[in-house]
Amino acid sequence: MSQSAIFKGVVVPYLLLAPQLLVTAVFFFWPAAQAIWQSLLREDAFGLNSDFVWFENFVEVLTDPTWLDAALRTALFSVSVATLALGSALFLAVQADRNIRGATTYKTLLIWPYAVAPAVAAVLWLFMFHPNIGVFGRALNALGITWDYRLNGAQAMTLVIFASAWKQVSYNFIFFLAGLQAIPKSVLEAAAIDGASPRYRFWTVVFPLLSPTAFFLLVVNLTYAFFETFGVIHSLTQGGPGKSTETLIYRAYSDGVMNLNLGTSAAQSVILMLLVIALTFVQFRFVERRVHY
Amino acid sequence: MLRGYGRAANNVGRVLMKRRTLGLASAGMALSAPALAQGGPIEIQFWHGLAQPLGGLLEAISAEFNQKQQRFRIVPSFRGGYPETMVAAIAAFRAGTAPHIVQMFEVGTGTMMAAGRAIKPVHELLSETGVSIDFDDYLPAVKGYYSLSDGRMMGMPFNSSTAIMFYNKDAFRRAGLNPDVAPATWAELREAALKLKASGHQMPFTSAWPTWCQIEQFSAIHNMPLASLDNGFGGLGTQLQINNPRMTQQLAMLMEMGREGGFRWGGRDSAGDGVFASGQAAIVHASSGARARFLREVPGGAANVGAAMLPYHPDVQGAPYNSIIGGAAFWAMNRGPNARRSADENRGIAEFFAHLASTDVAAKWHTDTGFLPVTKKAFEQVRASGFYTQNPGADIPIQQLLRGGGQMTGNTRGIRLGGFVEIRVIMQEEMERALQGQQTAEAALNNTVTRGNVVLRNFERANRG
Repeated sequence: MSQSAIFKGVVVPYLLLAPQLLVTAVFFFWPAAQAIWQSLLREDAFGLNSDFVWFENFVEVLTDPTWLDAALRTALFSVSVATLALGSALFLAVQADRNIRGATTYKTLLIWPYAVAPAVAAVLWLFMFHPNIGVFGRALNALGITWDYRLNGAQAMTLVIFASAWKQVSYNFIFFLAGLQAIPKSVLEAAAIDGASPRYRFWTVVFPLLSPTAFFLLVVNLTYAFFETFGVIHSLTQGGPGKSTETLIYRAYSDGVMNLNLGTSAAQSVILMLLVIALTFVQFRFVERRVHY
Repeated sequence: MLRGYGRAANNVGRVLMKRRTLGLASAGMALSAPALAQGGPIEIQFWHGLAQPLGGLLEAISAEFNQKQQRFRIVPSFRGGYPETMVAAIAAFRAGTAPHIVQMFEVGTGTMMAAGRAIKPVHELLSETGVSIDFDDYLPAVKGYYSLSDGRMMGMPFNSSTAIMFYNKDAFRRAGLNPDVAPATWAELREAALKLKASGHQMPFTSAWPTWCQIEQFSAIHNMPLASLDNGFGGLGTQLQINNPRMTQQLAMLMEMGREGGFRWGGRDSAGDGVFASGQAAIVHASSGARARFLREVPGGAANVGAAMLPYHPDVQGAPYNSIIGGAAFWAMNRGPNARRSADENRGIAEFFAHLASTDVAAKWHTDTGFLPVTKKAFEQVRASGFYTQNPGADIPIQQLLRGGGQMTGNTRGIRLGGFVEIRVIMQEEMERALQGQQTAEAALNNTVTRGNVVLRNFERANRG
């Protein structure tokens, strides 16, 4: 059964593929190629002087201790955000999956935060935790706990982790809930008849059956923590105090956009691009194979 | 058949020709329309970075210019804060769509000076268009900041400010301090802060623009170099020099004041303005341009807002010297790397600049906002009107700029560093790490110098020649 016999010639298949190829080329390959080209250049801000410097920008980035700090910080940040977002979403989904009163309302409410833009989410958190104007921020200070994330790196990091994770919980929740509902009742009932306790049932039956969802979400969450938390960080801390909330993506932004060092910023973007390629490769190569569907 | 085909092709060709001539004609009309000014005035795009209420006042000045004459129309548009405006203008230039005029904060001055054909220097603009502006009438501190060493103007000074001290008179009264006498020295400020704290004040002293007020202004007032080669006025080969003993001692003192509860961090950039405006902070070092906001927002209104010069250390030889200016200036830009402006467009820009330089506009802007009267004539006019007697404190910024006899030194003329936006962030980061107790004052300043010099060397390399 040959599939290629449907279209004769090469024109029609390519025509049909063209829109997708065009979108990919214009919005993905072209910018990526530009980033790679830019990463080999040194330019002034206005682009009037340009030097081809081979891999000097990469050497500079990779030997810069503050960049390596940012890399470590990003790892810590991403793992924390993913763990927190996945853990709480799973907990909530398991609760919502039961037959409780008002389950629909409860589910709807949980999905809402996903519709909030990252910058808006950050402003909401700012209004809660700002030491001078935030409800909780002021309460903490009134209780004698010195709360000032503008000058305390650990507090700032905690705040951006929570704000970023909160934003992602709803997304994870939807997937976990769908995953839970796809588990056949008969399997659970059989386990129950065999005398398995609810907790035992969860870890031996439900959790393994959820693993494809969980792995998919893990990759999505890591990517989210890497790339999409920019808005939260920008609105809440701008990478500060010191550099305590500066992640790699924020670093690439501030070097490129604010400091106008396009070369080193492009080099950082290329490194991030390689990282994503690696992450995707791992997902398809190992995770997809091992996870039970 | 062949002939038929030929005829068809010929017809198609004729139609295409007709289309093309039509296209050319309409393109020609589009090009000549603004020049002829038949389809309306020539538009001059003007990007600025002032939020309300200042942005509205600035746009009112543009509207006034548009009413005064019919040939040009200034189209002001707000592009976010100063840094965003700078970035937007540079990106637009690279894309060939730069605005005619962009407002650039003082930190971007070094970058603009080195921008080559991206900018149209003001002296060139004026000599080409025959419009004249009397720059000799500008305050020396303002003129010097935006001119080459031979005195030719590069940017158009407009909203210049300097950092001064504001204080909340009610808070002073509650702490048993005299509301009419502000602390003049750092020792007095520290003592006042402690008294404010003792009276139950949560935030006795804070600072907006922490690096500008606490490092840059502090260095100038005490005649200490921020960087070599006269703070960068002498060339791109400049090096940071803020890791000197006096600055180290000062940062250490701020850290101590933080520990004893006198100094509280107000946040980066202009965040410190907010805590003073809401009445939470009793003393703030902030831009004189924040005056309009403070008078409007601080509980108790104008009667409750005191203004004074920045404090100094009397033991430093010759201190206090003049403070330096901040704020922003306007720069004329070319449209893109390979696109120049027409003579008409340049004329419009020059005439708008001349409008800004007029005594009435400069004087009104000063009294409305608290920014400096940039020309001596404007200052005289405002003084003659009795504004300073009715509004005590409004002349503090000018007095402070003339402190030390008005004789500027290489350390007090201003700052002209390439990549200064980045250097400021570095100063800020290292300062924050020091204030949260992660490093000593000495380490903070040494790190700043090391990291800042890398930026300066990269800038020198990218802009040589």
